[in-house]
Amino acid sequence: MANAMTAKTIEKSADSVMTDIKKRYSAGVLEYRQMGYWDANYAPKDTDTLCLFRITPQDGVDPIEAAAAVAGESSTATWTVVWTDRLTACDSYRAKAYKVEPVPNNPGQYFAWVAYDIILFEEGSIANMTASLIGNVFSFKPLKAARLEDIRIPVAYVKTFKGPPTGLIVERERLDKFGRPLLGATTKPKLGLSGRNYGRVVYEGLKGGLDFMKDDENINSQPFMHWRDRYLNVMDAVNKASAATGEVKGSYLNVTAGTVEDMYERAEFARELGSVVIMVDLVVGWSTIQSMSNWCRKNDMILHMHRAGHGTYTRQKNHGISFRVIAKWLRLAGVDHLHTGTAVGKLEGDPMTVQGYYNVCRDSYTRQDLPRGLFFDQDWADLRKVMPVASGGIHAGQMHLLLDLFGDDVVLQFGGGTIGHPAGIQAGAVANRVALEIMVKARNEGRDIRNEGPEILRRAAKTCSPLQQALDTWGEISFNYASTDTSDYAVAAAASN
Amino acid sequence: MMTNPVGRITQGQFSYLPALSDAEITLQIEYGLGKGYAWSVEYTDDPHPRNTYWEMFGLPMFDLKDAAGVMMELQNCRKAFPRHYIRLMAFDSTRGVESTVMSFIVNRPSGEPGFGLRRQEAPGRTIRYTVHSYATDRPETERNP
Repeated sequence: MANAMTAKTIEKSADSVMTDIKKRYSAGVLEYRQMGYWDANYAPKDTDTLCLFRITPQDGVDPIEAAAAVAGESSTATWTVVWTDRLTACDSYRAKAYKVEPVPNNPGQYFAWVAYDIILFEEGSIANMTASLIGNVFSFKPLKAARLEDIRIPVAYVKTFKGPPTGLIVERERLDKFGRPLLGATTKPKLGLSGRNYGRVVYEGLKGGLDFMKDDENINSQPFMHWRDRYLNVMDAVNKASAATGEVKGSYLNVTAGTVEDMYERAEFARELGSVVIMVDLVVGWSTIQSMSNWCRKNDMILHMHRAGHGTYTRQKNHGISFRVIAKWLRLAGVDHLHTGTAVGKLEGDPMTVQGYYNVCRDSYTRQDLPRGLFFDQDWADLRKVMPVASGGIHAGQMHLLLDLFGDDVVLQFGGGTIGHPAGIQAGAVANRVALEIMVKARNEGRDIRNEGPEILRRAAKTCSPLQQALDTWGEISFNYASTDTSDYAVAAAASN
Repeated sequence: MMTNPVGRITQGQFSYLPALSDAEITLQIEYGLGKGYAWSVEYTDDPHPRNTYWEMFGLPMFDLKDAAGVMMELQNCRKAFPRHYIRLMAFDSTRGVESTVMSFIVNRPSGEPGFGLRRQEAPGRTIRYTVHSYATDRPETERNP
């Protein structure tokens, strides 16, 4: 009932675009929709960038005017009429809000679709695109809140980016690892280990059976362990483990630092030592990410992205940016690994919403899929694929769920679930690797791992005591909390199935 | 005997599990055929982690849709190279993949010589590492009498 009334309001208010040029450019303040930022009949071009915003207008603000304001403030508008517009082909630069709909089951919230002409954005610059799309508009007073839910990036603009320097296919070729998820662990404790002690953890984990170890996001170069010391010890561990197993191994060396120059210096040293991978934190910013991506491309290096800080703007549904948008920008900017959630671990993530992020990383062509939060088709134009990383509070007892949710192309990272194993780090790694291999084998044999998984694990544990100990320690641990970021269409879709 | 927890080279999808029986290998082949992959048999006596190009035991079997045919090639390879490493590899020619998508070892020498790590001290505290394959200590023609 409430929705029907709102829809009527929207229809009624959609008729006041100002066509009289004299009135349009006389000094003063106009409504945004009068200035040309709303066009209900606009047919988006294949070369337009399309954004879907979730907006919560202040009480009394008409949703169409709010949508037009979003279009205006994220493109060319200022708060008042300026005559200098008339020196330009100003209509090209105006983003066009073209559709507004109430968000299902969320009174006061509206989805607003906005189209941006390709001339608005500098080629190959996420910094430029974000300065428009998430610049002023998120502080705009007439809105209580705004969230960029999804984005369709036109092929013409996609092709101005080089994308992942390695991509998941070539990463697998370099590592000689196929047909199964990769295994990793974050070295713990996060803080306080000396370089020598740190390398011990890396060696034990890799020799035990992991493919990767990982610096944590806040391991840079603190007093307890300077970066050179860490790199030297870690690379000794990596090479020793590689010789002990006959496998290519790696450890993400975090090159995040106070300045970009420092980051290059650290990356160069990682390369000299023969590391296959370096890492940066999302907090370094878009331009730095793109620079490091270029560096990795020149130096045959895998670039691991830790999404440190994203929860400050991605988690709440009413305000900020959805992680699916961040994931799209990061694929363009060019990272090889991206933390995208676990669905079953300790950190935020509704399973279908998280699967949507995985699709964005790995698809050649992403289809609209509302229950997974994907509002647009997205043609990736052969851009390389990002390897998603599932990390945070997962353990061997969940292997069947993780494989069922995410498939083979993912790095599963068991930090506590490896290092906290009662029989030691190598035993923890063995437990994870055995659980992984037995589950891949069972799936390929046609078993229903989602339901038979626990039994498959129990059976394998009978001849593998490290796995038995892991299941005894963590088998019952789960993090069942309601997610804050879920699809507004999930319920309806489930009902219609 | 190598010193890692499973005592052998751990390349491939299933090195941490007991060696797959021929019936289990057949199921994996069928899984790959169901996905449209092409199987290939490769062998080597030098499984160095960076030795990408094992010898091909014939071309990839692009048109073979029956697991029994792949198994026959594997048996032929085992007969010809009983003390070599043999792996089965599946290729996916889908645009955007066009690479290996499965790989697992199906034959090993009874004793796996493993690798040594050679260190060369370099300026600063830097060390240059070389992983050395013990299997290659003898000339190629004398390794597998």
